[in-house]
Amino acid sequence: MELSLFANWFLAGLQTLLLIALAPLLLGWIRACKAMLHNHSPASLWQPYRDLRKFFRKEVVVADGASWLFRATPYIVLGTMILSAGVVPLVATDLPTAAIADVIVLTSFFALARFFSALAAMDTGTAFGGMGASREMMLSALAEPAMLMAVFTLSMTANTTNLSSTIEYLLQHGLVLRPSFIFAALGLMMVAIAETGRIPIDNPSTHLELTMVHEAMILEYSGRHLGLIEWAHQIKLMVYGVLIANLFIPWGIATTLTPEALGIGVLAIIGKLMILGVVLAIYETTLAKLRLFRAPDYLSFAFLLSLLGMLSHVILEVG
Amino acid sequence: MNIANLSHYEQAIFVLSALVLYTSFSMLAQSRLFNLINIFAWQGTLLGITAALVAFISNQPHLYISALLTLVLKAWLIPWMLRKQVMRLKLQREIETLATPTLTSLAGVGLVIFSYYIALPIKSLSNSITRNTISESLAIVLLAMLLIITRRQAVSQVVGFMAIENGLFFAALVSTYGMPMIVELGIAFDVLVAAVLFGVFFFEMRSSIDSLDVDQMNRLHEVDKR
Amino acid sequence: MSSYLLSIPVICALLSSVISLGAKQSARVARIGSFLLLGIGGIVAAYTGFYVLIEHQILTQDIMLGLPWMHWHLRLDMLSALFFIIIGVVSCAASVFGIGYTREFESTAYGFMPLGFFTGLFVAGMLGVLIADDALIFMIGWEIMSLASYFLVTFQHTQAANRSAGFLYLLMAHLGGLAILLAFGILAGMGSGEFNFDFSFNDMRDHSNITPLWANIAVGLSLFGFGMKAGLVPAHAWLPEAHPVAPSHISALMSGVMLKVAIYGFMRVTFDLVSTLSLHWSWGVVLISIGGASALLGILYALMQNDLKRLLAYSSIENVGIIFISLGLCLLFHSQNRPALASLAMIAALYHILNHSIFKSLLFLSAGAVLHNTHERNLEQMGGLIRRVPYTAFFFLIGSLSIAALPPFNGFVSEWLTFQAALQTTGLQSGVLRTLIPFSAALLALTSALSATCFVKLYGTAFLGQPRSKNVRHAHEIDNGMRVAQGFLALLCLLLGIFPTTVISVLEAIPHKLIGVELANVSAEGWLWLTPISPGVASYSAPLVLLSIVTVWGLGYLLLHDPKKSRISPAWDCGFGGGTPRTQYTAAAFAMPIRRIFKPVWKVKEKIEEQKEITLHSKRIDYKLEISDRSWTALYLPIAAAVNYCARTLGYIQTGNIRTYLSYSFFTLLFLLWLIT
Repeated sequence: MELSLFANWFLAGLQTLLLIALAPLLLGWIRACKAMLHNHSPASLWQPYRDLRKFFRKEVVVADGASWLFRATPYIVLGTMILSAGVVPLVATDLPTAAIADVIVLTSFFALARFFSALAAMDTGTAFGGMGASREMMLSALAEPAMLMAVFTLSMTANTTNLSSTIEYLLQHGLVLRPSFIFAALGLMMVAIAETGRIPIDNPSTHLELTMVHEAMILEYSGRHLGLIEWAHQIKLMVYGVLIANLFIPWGIATTLTPEALGIGVLAIIGKLMILGVVLAIYETTLAKLRLFRAPDYLSFAFLLSLLGMLSHVILEVG
Repeated sequence: MNIANLSHYEQAIFVLSALVLYTSFSMLAQSRLFNLINIFAWQGTLLGITAALVAFISNQPHLYISALLTLVLKAWLIPWMLRKQVMRLKLQREIETLATPTLTSLAGVGLVIFSYYIALPIKSLSNSITRNTISESLAIVLLAMLLIITRRQAVSQVVGFMAIENGLFFAALVSTYGMPMIVELGIAFDVLVAAVLFGVFFFEMRSSIDSLDVDQMNRLHEVDKR
Repeated sequence: MSSYLLSIPVICALLSSVISLGAKQSARVARIGSFLLLGIGGIVAAYTGFYVLIEHQILTQDIMLGLPWMHWHLRLDMLSALFFIIIGVVSCAASVFGIGYTREFESTAYGFMPLGFFTGLFVAGMLGVLIADDALIFMIGWEIMSLASYFLVTFQHTQAANRSAGFLYLLMAHLGGLAILLAFGILAGMGSGEFNFDFSFNDMRDHSNITPLWANIAVGLSLFGFGMKAGLVPAHAWLPEAHPVAPSHISALMSGVMLKVAIYGFMRVTFDLVSTLSLHWSWGVVLISIGGASALLGILYALMQNDLKRLLAYSSIENVGIIFISLGLCLLFHSQNRPALASLAMIAALYHILNHSIFKSLLFLSAGAVLHNTHERNLEQMGGLIRRVPYTAFFFLIGSLSIAALPPFNGFVSEWLTFQAALQTTGLQSGVLRTLIPFSAALLALTSALSATCFVKLYGTAFLGQPRSKNVRHAHEIDNGMRVAQGFLALLCLLLGIFPTTVISVLEAIPHKLIGVELANVSAEGWLWLTPISPGVASYSAPLVLLSIVTVWGLGYLLLHDPKKSRISPAWDCGFGGGTPRTQYTAAAFAMPIRRIFKPVWKVKEKIEEQKEITLHSKRIDYKLEISDRSWTALYLPIAAAVNYCARTLGYIQTGNIRTYLSYSFFTLLFLLWLIT
């Protein structure tokens, strides 16, 4: 008993480490897909790792007005992201870390990281920092209800907010075509795109002064601090990807902790994430970035989709 | 009733009906005329597929005919006519300014909840497996009326009118597996004639008040406001 | 012995107000003595509250005072015990803080005497409300509380703004008081067949023959009366005027505790005196909608404030709204016969009451420390305080994290419990309720995200960046007492967030008493895991969350930190560089996107005046932004106009002739004599 408990915690830690380690690879994959769609020859899949290594080796330049908050923020942001990585079932469902936090706590982990990044952005007293913080907080304030609405739709079906239990419930019932899930999935995807700073809300690959949001916040970071924040951002993208992949297409995830099941689980999640990466790349290629004040329309559309999901759950599925 | 106990075909009907409701919402928030007509065509297509699926499940061959009729008429012919008229009236670049799209959509959500509340007693009368969708068809009708109220452009109002008919057809489909064939044919013919008549009406309106903005018709008010 | 514990805190508070009367003789002794007594009273109150809550022993006392047939009934049960603890803790912190904070008032024209006198009375009045077991004591305590706080609001009476805020406050307090009195009248009169003049709560609880109609009217009146005091929308406009103008430790008491006493009154009437089952289920919907409106509007208005204390006051409206959402859920679940969920929702409400009183007091005390240092309330003049007052900045950060509902602090736990309650709608009969309740939860999510935005704005402009004015540049650290008070409350914020299972196991006694069911599974998996419904449905482990964050931080710091590899240089700022304090993002600019999105909510007056040179370059740009509360123009001013109109119309019977007045009395007497025959 004691041994298996220990083994479970060990496996959970291993799963978390796997997620953290794979996160830069996912970004590399998305970039490669985009490059191919743009008819460029893609950079190596390992490029994000090389970038991180470079960041960690370089020296840190701290703005002279910055306080301890500025230096502590990268660690806090990475800490919360690793914690959320531990909560999300990546390969197997029945692991002890999943019980630390449910999906509502997960969203507030993101909120915690965002709170500190916004404060750190304002700490240096530059105009860009304040601008980025203001925009990021505005977008997240609108994204949060949409996200929770989508999540509520799922948890009302499965009658739990625990991610592992939700996935197990879905696996138990096999393939059921639920209209509510289609809407919730679309809503959640839109929120994920907004929250991870991708097109059409934010463009991760430019530093154009008037349009940037997330990049404006981390403008003053350099060296290992920047590396930590970039890594945390990659983990966030990965967590959203895993969330969407495993909640809406749960098949393949290991429900028992045998080596075969775990092996299938690893292969399944890699396959799902690769497909999601392609979808995201196509989506970003076909769309243009929205003006900042069109973003509320985008997010309220995501909220509407999630709300329709909840309505169709109540009206159609339960009756 | 639990959706997990139904067959996949029946679940597919629910998915389709939810998508039809979604098209109603996106019509409500759409400010471009061409896109509005396109969404209307999609709604027709979804309705046609739903009808075919209901025909398949309930073994009612006459529903295949109405499915075909819906597809031809609402997914192809009427949108095509509307598009042609928009081209001839040179309205394709016109964008209608929607005052508060988010609030309108939220009002739409309120209407859906309201129609759910209203349809509860009707639902208990029906035995069909699709009875849960009755409230949705009511919602489609109400949303289409909301569309008519919030628009100024006469073409959008006509689209709204046609969407009302879609809702009624959907109601008949899911509650009693379709109306008698003769009634359905009659309605289809009526809608077609209406589409032609509206086309004539657009031109008349344009030539007399120089615009398709129905608010301009306020000028026809008898009493002089000064 | 224990029943005397009830009155000791009240006596301490009264003594503290008496002592401060001696401020003329020795200001220093009076100040320290009165705060010492207040603090001792607070400790005793907290102890008594814990005793009742943990031992499940209700304290009662009958004092042979008052009218011969109406003794004073005192009673402290589980519900009032929680509020006793809150008053105890907050008044303790406020008195430790006050010793240092009020020193500067000694030398001003206002003097310490009125401040100390009314502070003691104010606390005594609130304690009186809580220990009251009849309507008489309750109303006496309530009025003492209202009047004393009026004098505290107008303490700095030479400023006209304070006087008018005080008047508005007094007016609203009395309108509310009237409604509460009527509610008690109905409960006493309609409850027990014949009208006896014993207004004891025991009689009211015996509601065997009160009709549901009268019960509903009583609840409606008490919602109006207590809701007005608690600052619910649309009767909230007095709150952001009155709370900020009092001295900061009083603001902490008003926002942190007095609002809670109003909520206590509402809970006492709704859940205890009236049988919840005789209430119509739609009260739940009413409470949820009013609470939701208060939460959303409260935080949206808070976002637009640039006055530090006004912002905090508006955010109190938001939090009261959240509490009322939970209470509404509780009523709704109770009426739908789901007592376990009802008690979950009630615990969420109680937890949030506790949390809000702690972190809002902390924030007001920290704001007071800032004010004490800089004499500046305008956010646009602050900046960079984190380097000038590091302790206050740190404690304020903890308060902000708590109020923004971020883990692992306390605000998050209560909000999470509310979400959990709102998600358990699957079992409800009515489909409309099944959709409305999750919608209200989404509203709650929007509110909490907006409050995070609001506190990023506050903290970012006040404490971070560069100082924007001279006063702020020369701020210095405050004295130890003020620091200890803030540190104590900040520690409580963290502890309440990390050990929710322990807190809930104590709080459980209250729903057990009022609803009759307690949560079975809260700590089903041990103290480490909070599982409000069952372990399979939802779980949260705050200690592990804190542990993981600290571990990752520590590891990262150990592995990566390398002081040799860091260098300090001017901010890069995308190559522009050389920013001055004036080029920083301002508070108004920070809130601009929100202002644009939710435009119709406020009455915004924006004016830009530009003077151009001959070359068409701007010489000077003036920007003016005025944001006012819509409830003024929509509700208050029309009512005021109507009252004025009625007064003028009635004015003509005021002839000024003494014989006319006498004849009024004469005819009234005749009429009354005729009436009794």
